[in-house]
Amino acid sequence: MAEPPAEGGGIEIRRLYKIFGANARDYLALVERGMSKAELMARHGHVLGLRDVNIHMKPGCIQVIMGLSGSGKSTLIRHINRLIDPTAGEVWVDGVDVVKMNGSELRQFRRRHTAMVFQKFALLPHRTVLDNAVFGLEMKGVARAGQVESAMRWLARVGLAGFEDRYPNQLSGGMQQRVGLARALANDAPIMLMDEAFSALDPLIRVDMQTVLLDLQKEIKKTIVFITHDLDEALRLGDAIAILRDGEVIQQGTNQDIVLRPADDYVASFVKEVNRGRVIKVEAIMGPATDNADAPKLAIASDAVLEDAARLLAGANQTALAVLDGKGRRVGCVDIQRILSAMVTPVASGGGERRDSSLALRDLEPSAETATRG
Amino acid sequence: MDWLFSFPHLSDDTLRAWKKAVDAGFLAFTRTYGDAIEHLFDPLQYFLIHSERVLLGAPWPIVVLVFAAIAWFAGRSRIVVAGTVSTLLAIGLFDMWEDTMKTISMIVVCTVLSIVLGIPIGIAMSRSDRLQKSINPILDVMQTLPSFVYLIPVVMLLGIGKVPGLIAVVIYAIPPMIRLTDLGIRLVDRDVLEAADAFGSSSWQKLVKVQLPLALPTMMAGVNQTIMMALAMVVIASMIGVQGLGQPVLKAIANQYFTLGVMNGLAIVGIAIIFDRVSQAYGRRLQKHRSVVHG
Repeated sequence: MAEPPAEGGGIEIRRLYKIFGANARDYLALVERGMSKAELMARHGHVLGLRDVNIHMKPGCIQVIMGLSGSGKSTLIRHINRLIDPTAGEVWVDGVDVVKMNGSELRQFRRRHTAMVFQKFALLPHRTVLDNAVFGLEMKGVARAGQVESAMRWLARVGLAGFEDRYPNQLSGGMQQRVGLARALANDAPIMLMDEAFSALDPLIRVDMQTVLLDLQKEIKKTIVFITHDLDEALRLGDAIAILRDGEVIQQGTNQDIVLRPADDYVASFVKEVNRGRVIKVEAIMGPATDNADAPKLAIASDAVLEDAARLLAGANQTALAVLDGKGRRVGCVDIQRILSAMVTPVASGGGERRDSSLALRDLEPSAETATRG
Repeated sequence: MDWLFSFPHLSDDTLRAWKKAVDAGFLAFTRTYGDAIEHLFDPLQYFLIHSERVLLGAPWPIVVLVFAAIAWFAGRSRIVVAGTVSTLLAIGLFDMWEDTMKTISMIVVCTVLSIVLGIPIGIAMSRSDRLQKSINPILDVMQTLPSFVYLIPVVMLLGIGKVPGLIAVVIYAIPPMIRLTDLGIRLVDRDVLEAADAFGSSSWQKLVKVQLPLALPTMMAGVNQTIMMALAMVVIASMIGVQGLGQPVLKAIANQYFTLGVMNGLAIVGIAIIFDRVSQAYGRRLQKHRSVVHG
């Protein structure tokens, strides 16, 4: 999560409200005073889409917005390029409020600043893969040679070289979404909006596409807003994660924050199912570094996950590891007990329980549930 | 109780006066503007005369070849080409070549005119629900009003001849073109439209690059329907002086010439089948990208 080059693309969402229905504005005051989603529906027949959403998305980072269906996540992402108009609030991108743009400004903004990838791919069935990939550039008015050059490069980059002349119907779902990804990348916009981009793919392909995206992000360093209902996906991709429920943001933070310190029962119930060993980083649970003679001989990077640490220990038949930061300095140490206790799901998970490394030992008390979960 | 069994209608005098007034009004209108309106349609007349001259002036083998070539390029199907050629040869053999060419020229001009007028109207309808609601009943009237009824004002205005016949045929044949253009555009997947919006397309770009191409198969069904309806109308249009296969049919009805009627009727059926198969085959070819589906 290093600070990226400041080439723009940061997004600031402020006090965003969305109410669906004919007289949305009339009910804004009621919602601001705290009327619930169910009450608004029952009394006035309007649907509360978003309530007081405030998110700062850093340029060059992957911001995941997670929530179940109906939580308003797809509504939220459509406010960034204003495919949906808000009832109230501001969306600032590079110092401009998208909400206040007129028609042609908005069109230019969409052409130059954003690109979008869709859950159902939304490719043009009558166009070949290549002609789909150039679509955004075509809208911009780039000369055909330039369109093709850029599209071919990105098609090759997502692994579709040789498929340029096929039609979308001839490709599998995973390959179709690669076309969608190439179409967005070819646009070369600083912001990529990905609306449940991998949700329609089967699990193996989904993990595959996540890897593609993470690899790409290392070189393109775009601001990516990624919508998902899958917490594993959110934790794997997100530099920052916002969790949405009934149109409200209930927790924002890094994947470590979400897993180790769920804000409420709702988040905790999700986190319970997560493979903690693959998410929690060593630095989040390490104890102070020891300088004396019995310091551990093995070392591991501070941003390694617990599973890697456990594998290292098991392989070397050791019980403790030194933790090194990016520059190779010792910043702490972890032992096998700490690792194990952090990897198992807390017995009394939820209830806003605050977990940190100092509590880890208590959780090691044997219980049937934790023993089988490993 | 008299009023219960015979419907209480307006008095005969009132009705007569009213009909007279409307007739007189329309007559005055035709006398004043008839010539001007006739000139308005001069380009159509020119178009009609020339297409007929081309079809009749060319040697028949070349005409057959051209039709075979069109059938081939539209459908890439040997059966369609063979059917086209043999139908045309049979028509020629039974001495109906000239009338058939006149009918085909009429159908071609009517279809082109219906497409040129129908597509923009259909596009406009697809963009506004209010417009759709107001045009739909007009289309219903155009399709259900007995065709003889609207022949009357057309003949009063323009006399008899090719152009009034053309107008009558187009009025009858254009509704499917309009309706199916509207339907085709409305059926375009919303996800794809949203994607077009997200990439910043203007409404013109969206229309030309997304909506029309995706509506094309439906619009081709509209073209096909328009051709069929134009053919059905050709016999009726012969009553107001449109030449072609309709006139022998009309003569056969008047004089009870059974064979003449059936022969010319079958010739109409023959070219209807040619037009139908060729336009459908072309429509299918436009959708080729849909047919090869990934397992």
